[in-house]
Amino acid sequence: MQYVFLLHEDQAAWDALNEAEQAEGVAAHMAFVGALNEANAFNSGAPLGPAGQGKLVSADGIHDGPFADTKEQIGGFYMIEAANLDEAIDWAKKCPTAQYGRVEVREIPDYANG
Amino acid sequence: MAASKSGRFPITQTVDASDPVRASAEHTVREAYGRILALLVAGGSPIASAEDALSDALARALDRWPENGVPDKPEAWLLTTARHCLIDQARRTKTAAHHEPHLIQMIEEAEQRMQVQTEFPDERLKLLFVCAHPDIDPALQTPLMLQTVMGLNAQRIASAYLVQPSTMSQRLVRLKQSLKGSDIAFAIPERDQWASRLNAVLQAIYGAYNAGWDDHENASLADEARYLAELVCSLLPYEAEAAGLLSLILHCEARRPARRDKDERFIPLSEQDHALWDDGMIAMAERCLGLALRMGAIGRFQLEAALQSVHAARKVTGQTDWPAILAIYERLLTINPTLGARVGQAAAIGQGFAPKQGLAALAELPHDSVEHYQPYWATRAHLESKSGNIAEARDAYDIAIGLTADRSVREYLLMQLAKLGET
Amino acid sequence: MQFAILFYESADDFSARLDPARTDYWQGWASYSRSIGQSGKLVSGAALNGPEVGATLKSGTVQDGPYAETREQLGGFFIVEANDMEEAMRIAARSPTAGTGAVEIRPVLPTTTSED
Repeated sequence: MQYVFLLHEDQAAWDALNEAEQAEGVAAHMAFVGALNEANAFNSGAPLGPAGQGKLVSADGIHDGPFADTKEQIGGFYMIEAANLDEAIDWAKKCPTAQYGRVEVREIPDYANG
Repeated sequence: MAASKSGRFPITQTVDASDPVRASAEHTVREAYGRILALLVAGGSPIASAEDALSDALARALDRWPENGVPDKPEAWLLTTARHCLIDQARRTKTAAHHEPHLIQMIEEAEQRMQVQTEFPDERLKLLFVCAHPDIDPALQTPLMLQTVMGLNAQRIASAYLVQPSTMSQRLVRLKQSLKGSDIAFAIPERDQWASRLNAVLQAIYGAYNAGWDDHENASLADEARYLAELVCSLLPYEAEAAGLLSLILHCEARRPARRDKDERFIPLSEQDHALWDDGMIAMAERCLGLALRMGAIGRFQLEAALQSVHAARKVTGQTDWPAILAIYERLLTINPTLGARVGQAAAIGQGFAPKQGLAALAELPHDSVEHYQPYWATRAHLESKSGNIAEARDAYDIAIGLTADRSVREYLLMQLAKLGET
Repeated sequence: MQFAILFYESADDFSARLDPARTDYWQGWASYSRSIGQSGKLVSGAALNGPEVGATLKSGTVQDGPYAETREQLGGFFIVEANDMEEAMRIAARSPTAGTGAVEIRPVLPTTTSED
């Protein structure tokens, strides 16, 4: 089964880190991707630009982002393979964001198999 | 609706009924905006400076009039105040010391005129022509007209064009900066350029109308376009295409009440309840078209209006005169063979004669042009369905739905597709 | 350039997924996905089940309750290739969710791992 990790992060906190700290943060994520790859669990992932630079389209028209007025915004995502939710949660615990932000785990529905 | 986020145009776009003096002040100011701006620009001021000065004048008006009452000659008050603001601006920037006498002279002249006449000469036409200057990016001509002549803020204009408001704002600011230093003369063009410039103005207005047409939340953009069309018509009573454009817009507006049902569902033209069409507006549209045609200078907008006129006649005769529609399309395609017109012609052939013939007409269109053109696929789906080609119809509806941005139209197409499945 | 298009669906959208009478919901998504797919601009994407069958982790542990109590919830996303934000917005505007919920468009940052 496939799962998505939505990485909820505090952009301001990230911006406040110095270069070395940010490099450490990136390295931690790359190590996480490495571990996923070794287990053949990595599907895809990417960081997103700041939520404040996003745009919203809705029936009300176009507005500047972010969608939600919260301190934490979705800063990136991962798409992984896991046998079930518990296994996905085990992976999520290893994701660096689970320590400094929030990781939201969501199922990708498996429509092919009913 | 909120006041402009840029803070520059302090008027709300809808009138505040709870405060009648403020409402009256806002109404006056809104009505006069374009006229006064045009006069300021005609006096030699760059558009951006004129807007700032007018904005200051408006702010002062909305500050004082509710207390002191609206002055007897409110537009004169606004013009004088705006010109004083321009002088202050010039003093502050210290660049325009040599303009001061000119501005002061203009104020004195204006004040003299105010004693003598109640109406201002209309410089808005000149402003529209400036906005349609060929050196200005065509994509920005309409937004510029909407902002300068109609006083719309960037947010309203941007939503209609599916552009970020901040981007639209920046583009207009940059454009006006570049106009400051340019040679774009603020004058009616020479006779040999007149026709193409007028055509650019009409196209830009029509573009604004179409942008507002699909957008039912922001239907007032269509209203602004209609106002501009009426303005051009009144200022140029001997230009057939200006009357043609107004006729076209009025015909389309007349049917607006019938385009959506009470649940916001889309109703195609063939199924509209013509009792809901606005008779008064249709009559006006017909008068405009009649005037235009009598001038003997046929053009694209008159022909498009003529198409609408034939459709409107269904209210009286109970049926659509398809041969007339087709004759008009033939003419239209010789002078303005757009993709939209060609698809429209195919639809008319299909509906007026045989669906298969309509499909044949669609098949003549180059694949590359129509691949992502929603009206082509919606028309094709309908005609395939009528021809009994269910598989092709399903495919065409599927593609049309994926290209549709309007929710009501998407739901309508989804319903048509679902109906295919029931047979 | 790549952009993430995030579809925040309404409660009505989510319940339509399970309602056999709401074939329009699925057909709308099928048509839209096909359209973007055929344009060659779709990089990846996924529908997401709601937060009630997911989990949220903070400080390394699973939290109780839903992450956010907003009216609309993330129901899926696309990653698309587009020349600029405006093109991405035009793509987003054709989605079913643009009419029923809200769609957020954000640039995807290039990563050192992405070769393409």
